[in-house]
Amino acid sequence: MTETTKAPAEPRETGTLQLALREIFGASFTRTVLAIVIGFVVGAVLIIITNEEFLASVGYFFQRPSDALGAAWNAVYTGYSSLFTGSIFNSSADTFGAAIRPFTETLRFAAPLILAGLGIALSFKVGLFNIGGLGQMLVAIAGASWVSFAVPMPTALHMLVAMAVGVLAAMVWGGIVGLLKAATGAHEVIVTIMMNYIALYAVSYAMRAGFLHSPDAGTNPKTPPPLETAQYPALLGDSYRLHLGFIVAVLGVVLYWWLMERSSLGFRLRAVGENPSAAATSGMKVSTLYIITMALSAMFVGFAGVNQVLGGSVGLTASADSGIGFDAITVALLGGGNAIGIFFAGLLFGAMKAGGPAMQIAGVSPEVLVVVQGVIVLFIAAPPLVRAIFRLPKSVENGPIAQKFSRTKKGGE
Amino acid sequence: MTATAHEPTTHEAIVRPVDWRAPISFIVFALVGFFAFGVNGPSTDVVFSWAAKGTPSVLPDLTVNARALGFVIGGLMFAITALTFWLALTRRKISAWIVVGFALLFLIGLLGWVGAGGRVPIVYLLTGAIAFSVPVVLGALAGAMGERAGVTNIAIEGQLLMGAFTAAFVGTITGNLIIAMFAGMISGSLIGALLAVFSVKYHVDQIIVGVVVNVLVAGITSFVHSSMMTRDEQAYNYPGTLPAIRIPLLSEIPVIGPVLFNQRITTYLMFALVIFVTVLLYKTRTGLRLRAVGEHPLAADTVGINVNRTRFWVVTLSGLIAGLGGVALSIGSVGGFIREMSAGQGYIALACVILGRWNPLAATAAAFLFGFSKQFGVWAAQAGAAIPTDFINMIPYIVTLIAVGGFVGRSIAPAAINKPYVKS
Repeated sequence: MTETTKAPAEPRETGTLQLALREIFGASFTRTVLAIVIGFVVGAVLIIITNEEFLASVGYFFQRPSDALGAAWNAVYTGYSSLFTGSIFNSSADTFGAAIRPFTETLRFAAPLILAGLGIALSFKVGLFNIGGLGQMLVAIAGASWVSFAVPMPTALHMLVAMAVGVLAAMVWGGIVGLLKAATGAHEVIVTIMMNYIALYAVSYAMRAGFLHSPDAGTNPKTPPPLETAQYPALLGDSYRLHLGFIVAVLGVVLYWWLMERSSLGFRLRAVGENPSAAATSGMKVSTLYIITMALSAMFVGFAGVNQVLGGSVGLTASADSGIGFDAITVALLGGGNAIGIFFAGLLFGAMKAGGPAMQIAGVSPEVLVVVQGVIVLFIAAPPLVRAIFRLPKSVENGPIAQKFSRTKKGGE
Repeated sequence: MTATAHEPTTHEAIVRPVDWRAPISFIVFALVGFFAFGVNGPSTDVVFSWAAKGTPSVLPDLTVNARALGFVIGGLMFAITALTFWLALTRRKISAWIVVGFALLFLIGLLGWVGAGGRVPIVYLLTGAIAFSVPVVLGALAGAMGERAGVTNIAIEGQLLMGAFTAAFVGTITGNLIIAMFAGMISGSLIGALLAVFSVKYHVDQIIVGVVVNVLVAGITSFVHSSMMTRDEQAYNYPGTLPAIRIPLLSEIPVIGPVLFNQRITTYLMFALVIFVTVLLYKTRTGLRLRAVGEHPLAADTVGINVNRTRFWVVTLSGLIAGLGGVALSIGSVGGFIREMSAGQGYIALACVILGRWNPLAATAAAFLFGFSKQFGVWAAQAGAAIPTDFINMIPYIVTLIAVGGFVGRSIAPAAINKPYVKS
């Protein structure tokens, strides 16, 4: 009885999540591209139906359809071309250096998305659902930020210590989730959501009146700017804002790949993800591995948090995570759980963040990109639907999840 | 020890181990209460005021010394803690009423402590608490229905947001708030249908679809908000608020009257729906089928219940309730749509479902706790409490963590939750 009450998690639930994720992570290249196309098409529809000129010309659509169609085309073209100009290549710039500046911005925005995406994907791989990205990032922001402004140190060392403290804080914060799950069986989705709020209020307080408060900010919650010794150095000189954070993200991708594909710990983690009961039977300590998983997941997320602090030269507020904690879930899903996939998913989402302001200037609300992201991931997550829309053949390897369920059923549930 | 051969030695192994989690949690709170409110408590008077705005005060104010109150409360909490230790030692179940009573004591102590040297406006606190609770309660009811049928509804957050948005939008365009209310409810149920199509028909993991649907709704509403509503508030986002309806006679009752019987239609509907959902789940054939589908879909299928159709309609129709929660957020409260105004309340509703162990009444109680603590935070900030409001705002989340981690015992979810049913 002791054993059953202390059982770490309900295998049945992790099992189905894992099956679903395997389906999503097994998404073929074609399907991913198609999902992205659908995403942008849905975005275009939204842009059109909220466009003022289009709405005005719809009234006399049958007299002069060219007006409405022209307005529709204009709205979509303006929106998406400004997204391209703002995130990839600005052809109207005078020099080549200025023209590729948007792309360096994309890389800059992508770095924390990639890092946090790796973290969330790691938890997915083990069958855990870490929605605690927000909290873990905030805790990392708090730790790194405090070291970066309050503890003067020599140049390179300062940066490394700030990184270490921030990441460790996140690992502890994430580890608590694993601990609670392992010790009491509490569901990690609820626990991470609650931990998000606790971190949000705690960090807000620290920024408003606690150890993170900047005296210059009055009663507003804000941190002092990080000392120059702790900031990530610029990669391409001072005319670009791209900084070391992107290299950290690339290293994170390599680390994730090695950890999950080559290390023995990664093997055990994946084994738990595939089938916790089987892993336990073969002698693995599943509850310990859950704690390790959450700590490692939070470690990658923590690097994303650190990026927000050391990647800039200004003080931060409690909204410094800029939604990356949640975006990471979509990045992880789109990236298909493997290192390279997450890297490119992070780049795509980074491009959307970088291009947003340009869209805003062009008069198209960049919030449409959130819809695009949502649609992409929804369609990645629903393989049968994409297949039905595009009449793709059923691939045996990535067969519909239904088959897998019926197979497990017959297999002796 | 002379053990006879008759005494089965395996007997000892069956005895349940003593569960110390609840007593330990209790003693922490009792110590906090005793020392914070009593020993270190302010020795000024605190006035518990029953007066409501607009109506003459019928009950006299209650004046007590804050520190004396703290000692009494602390003592009582120690007594209950001792009781729970005894219950735990004798391996007996700690009833929910003990937890509720203990929580109430702590709450009274907290109110006295914060209000020391001033007034504790009971009616103001309760009215605000109910107002804050309405969306969470409605979300929790929808969540409880879905989970009972075996579908984890993470998309409650999206349903609240969509309901709020649609109500504000339709209310502005039609100028009719009742139509707006129904539109909001229907939009919530459409989001529910979306979740159901993907999770029930296409067997996509429910948590993943839920999270993605939330992203989608946040995107759509924010987009329309920034591209239409902020451009022309008057034309797209100026619905006004549902009027408060004062029920004659009943609203004259002291304390209860102004708190319960001078509310908006959304609040009355909420109370009606709490009863409706409870009766539906436990007293009707439909409810039995619904629960069967969530507990043992194969058995339900065997006796001729269409599992997937039931799940689809439960999630879709419960979306009407979650949509109403969204209506309460916009035209039932601030009168207009604000970007991402659901602000995580859908997730909180889901936590309430688990906190209430999948029972709609208990989930409602948990949602009220959230509402009350929110209102308490607002009041404590005004009253100039010694603890910063950030910490007060944190309380419900910490309480949920403690509760999920064992304070209320291990919660047992419906057996088939988040498990697609595939006929073989």
